[in-house]
Amino acid sequence: MKKGVMRPGHVQIKVLDVEEALLHYRDLLGLVEVNRDDQGRVYLKGWTEVDKFSVVLREADQPGMDFMGFKVLDNVVLANLQQSLIDYGCAVEEIPADELDGCGRRIRFVAPTGHNFELYAEKEQTGKWGISNVNPEAWPRDLKGMKATRFDHCLLYGPNVQATHDLFVEVLGFDLAEQVIDPEGNKAAAFLTASMKAHDVAFIECPDGNKFHHASFLLETWEDVLRAADLISMTDTSIDIGPTRHGLTHGKTIYFFDPSGNRNEVFCGGDYHYPDHEPVTWKAEDLGKAIFYHDRVLNERFLTVLT
Amino acid sequence: MPKITVNSSLQEYSFELNGEDSVLVASEKSMSNAIPIGCRGGGCGLCKIKVSSGKYLSNRMSKAHITEREALQGYALACRIYPLSDLKIEIIEKFNKQ
Repeated sequence: MKKGVMRPGHVQIKVLDVEEALLHYRDLLGLVEVNRDDQGRVYLKGWTEVDKFSVVLREADQPGMDFMGFKVLDNVVLANLQQSLIDYGCAVEEIPADELDGCGRRIRFVAPTGHNFELYAEKEQTGKWGISNVNPEAWPRDLKGMKATRFDHCLLYGPNVQATHDLFVEVLGFDLAEQVIDPEGNKAAAFLTASMKAHDVAFIECPDGNKFHHASFLLETWEDVLRAADLISMTDTSIDIGPTRHGLTHGKTIYFFDPSGNRNEVFCGGDYHYPDHEPVTWKAEDLGKAIFYHDRVLNERFLTVLT
Repeated sequence: MPKITVNSSLQEYSFELNGEDSVLVASEKSMSNAIPIGCRGGGCGLCKIKVSSGKYLSNRMSKAHITEREALQGYALACRIYPLSDLKIEIIEKFNKQ
């Protein structure tokens, strides 16, 4: 049942060198640089996103994800969800407004997989980048690289996927869109949505906590995914796999790495989910086809290369 | 051209390094599969090696995989080092092969 969580709002990614990372996220992915703060963090967004930013890069001595944030409907919902998290037994931290430039107060909690998540209700709205909200043109003409349209979701690895699923479904009102079940009946993966999208966040079971598999960005067409692959070769960017199709969600995809080794995905298409849909189930013994629908074999990197 | 000699438990293998490639990229181009390939960006730790002899320059790499103490002992991620001489290296297997 919906509890007022609207959408993925932001991800803060740790990088070894923020200027090098910017060449990747801005010039190759085509995100728009919108701000820098007094901590040296760089803020970016996909051009279709109406809020001020969705990706924050922070220089650190190891890569990975600092946190992922979801935007909720309003401050009443935020206060209710804060209390629900506390009642569920979560330790909740309150981050004051404007710790991230232009973002309202944030409620942070740690999921059983070890990842930091945040909820917030307010962020400065600057509108879609490069086009007006009145009689808008189809797209802005001066986009770079892959022209990523939006930050879409994260895939995260950690222990206790079942408990994390329960928290997201029972407290935050997410739906389980797809899952991977092992022969003993355990949830090896949970793809969760707060919307009609095939996933807003996904988890895969892994003994190490707080591991970052990838941040994903939406493209419009399969031709755009192929063009992204061309750009990855032209720029000698570290490739993981693709272009190919996933079994899970049926998205058309390519994986590659930023200069600090964080994995990115750009993708298009895929399934949709309404609240009355039964979850789609993949068997863990067929995980190769579930992950890479064409090869039908899992490469070792997909399970072991994490930041 | 610097020559890289890899000692693993199974075999000794060597390849030469061209231009500005990192040790990992040179290994990959030699088609040897001598060093495991992960993110190629100093982040995942899959290509961890120990340099037993030779000189090299390093770029920044994740402290989660190479601590400052380890760096002083010659441990490195092959994707982030650039040889200044011939190198002898050992692979540090992070994951057990199935």
